[in-house]
Amino acid sequence: MGDDTGLMTVLLAMFAGAIRVSTPFLFVSLGEMLTEKSGRINLGLEGTLVFGAMSGYAISYHTGSPWFGVLVAGVAGSFFGALHGYLCKLPKVNDIAIGIAMMLFGTGLAFFFGKAYIQPSAPRLPALSLGSWSDHPGIRQALEINPLFLLGVGLAVLLWWALKNTRYGLVLRTTGDSAPAALALGINVNLVRLLATTAGGFLAGIGGSFLSLYYPGSWTEGLSSGQGLMAVALVIFARWNPIYCFWAALLFGAAGALGPALQSIGISRGYHFFNAAPYILTLLIMIVSTSPKRSLKGAPGELSITK
Amino acid sequence: MADTTETLPLTADKGRFSETLERVRRSSEYVVMPILALIVSGILFSIFLFALGKSPVDFFSLVWRGGFGTSFSWQNTLARSAPLVFTALCVAIPARLGLVIIGGEGALVLGGFAAGAIAIPLIGVVPSYVLLAVMLLAAMIAGGAWIGCVGALRHFRGVNETIASLLMFYIAVSILNFFVEGALRDPSDPNKPSTAPIGSENMVGFIPGTDVHWGLVVGILLCGLLYLLMNRTTFGFAAQIAGGNLRAAQAQGLPVGKLVVISCAIAGACAGLAGFFEVAAIHGKANASLIAGYGFTGILVSFLARHNPLVIVPVAIFLGGIAASGGLVQRRMDLPDATVLLLQGLIFLVLLVSETFYGRLPFFRSKGAL
Repeated sequence: MGDDTGLMTVLLAMFAGAIRVSTPFLFVSLGEMLTEKSGRINLGLEGTLVFGAMSGYAISYHTGSPWFGVLVAGVAGSFFGALHGYLCKLPKVNDIAIGIAMMLFGTGLAFFFGKAYIQPSAPRLPALSLGSWSDHPGIRQALEINPLFLLGVGLAVLLWWALKNTRYGLVLRTTGDSAPAALALGINVNLVRLLATTAGGFLAGIGGSFLSLYYPGSWTEGLSSGQGLMAVALVIFARWNPIYCFWAALLFGAAGALGPALQSIGISRGYHFFNAAPYILTLLIMIVSTSPKRSLKGAPGELSITK
Repeated sequence: MADTTETLPLTADKGRFSETLERVRRSSEYVVMPILALIVSGILFSIFLFALGKSPVDFFSLVWRGGFGTSFSWQNTLARSAPLVFTALCVAIPARLGLVIIGGEGALVLGGFAAGAIAIPLIGVVPSYVLLAVMLLAAMIAGGAWIGCVGALRHFRGVNETIASLLMFYIAVSILNFFVEGALRDPSDPNKPSTAPIGSENMVGFIPGTDVHWGLVVGILLCGLLYLLMNRTTFGFAAQIAGGNLRAAQAQGLPVGKLVVISCAIAGACAGLAGFFEVAAIHGKANASLIAGYGFTGILVSFLARHNPLVIVPVAIFLGGIAASGGLVQRRMDLPDATVLLLQGLIFLVLLVSETFYGRLPFFRSKGAL
């Protein structure tokens, strides 16, 4: 019986964690998906995420409005995305290397300006209590859902629909699959990629602001720990499909919540391994889902990482 | 057209001389461009500092003083550049095959941990040179196996090596923490979770007359050795072909898989060596101090050196100096410690962008090609 409630607690905590932890994954992976669909990869989203977290927190602290912070984080992220998009457009510039540099640059900039915001506490994003129907405190807590999560879910559906059914979606897919074909159709390949990277940066910035403004809910330097990069793996796993991105983000959120959940019921042995669960999971997923023999289903043909 | 046919036989000597000059000028591009990139990033960073109301002149003179100004700062710089040499090699060797490995820090952490862990049962049992040799081997094997795995995953499963190596960095950190805070924790050290100290009598000494440990010398020798391996042997040649054109290499029957895995293993062993020296020469035990960001700065070192092992040493010393001056800059100018990180990121960006100008600046273009 004791074991049973323990298991329930862990499962509930993982469910709650999945919803809570998955939001930044969802936003970054949707952003990365958009960028990759245009045929380019942005490893710099890690830096964008961290900078988004810092700027969102700072703006929320100074203006008292966390939602304004989210917006500014998104705008800051789109600047990073635009910079990445512009630099990659130059001939002979490697998008993977630029991504690593942008990652260093973004985190450097965030740490530089973020020093002042480690101590003060800024207004956080409010949560919607969807669990008031239940008497169970665990369930109530699990259903404290942030509006950004719902926004992310809506966005995933919207992107899925738009990629399939709109002209913009078609232009984006064509650009990512074959630049020569896009050129032949009179599409400005560089412009499409620039816009896609900018939009990707915007979403990553919002994902970052969620980290500092909702969960874990304060600005620290170790805040992101590779989530932006894991998003790259997540997008491959999700086969460039926004809906799968959502499920994959939930899975990652649950994996990320495993360590704290086990610790909450007193299992602290192997804590560090459980904390590494998202990374191990990502790696395993990449091993299982990629193949040297064939290109992946749904992979944009221009994408350097799957070639 | 008529001109060339006329002048060639007449001025053969002059022709050869100007040809050499031409070649020097063209290859000087590879020296001048990175330096130009450094200058441009210096200017950009100055503008940034200026906008914040700080004096760029003060900043760079402090960097100079903290990094290279005195014999003390030189020693500090050299001590910091040793791990950078090793971690840069960890990027440079796979780069010959076209692989971008950014998780060298993981191999460093794991190498250092392996060295510290294997020392525990041997401390006081075997003479110190045996202890150090075993630690050295353990570090190289651990680091080599770690990045070797990345290479194997890349070749046999098509897993992107950049992401895989970075994920494995986080896993390496959790392995270190798991053991250092658990089974291998030294109970007599209440402050920081660490393995048992190897004892000062067992540690790698300093180069006589300095505070710089032997790691730097080993690093310089290793750079020379790996330069020979990559540029003067069949292995290096094959690696270069595989990096240039994979299909061609396969068509030639080159063992691409073996090349990838071995190059990555060599790379990882280099980063493992960095971990060994951190443990055996500086900390005296394995703990979280191993995670100091050397692996990430090493990426920049390797790119600045254009993945050439011989150029890695001066570049590592240069960046080691910037890093060493961080504390001084922080104290004197009231700038956060991330300033150096930001400067590194900026240098990296400008450097990569400078790639686009190769062959496009008129000065380096050979006249014949025009």
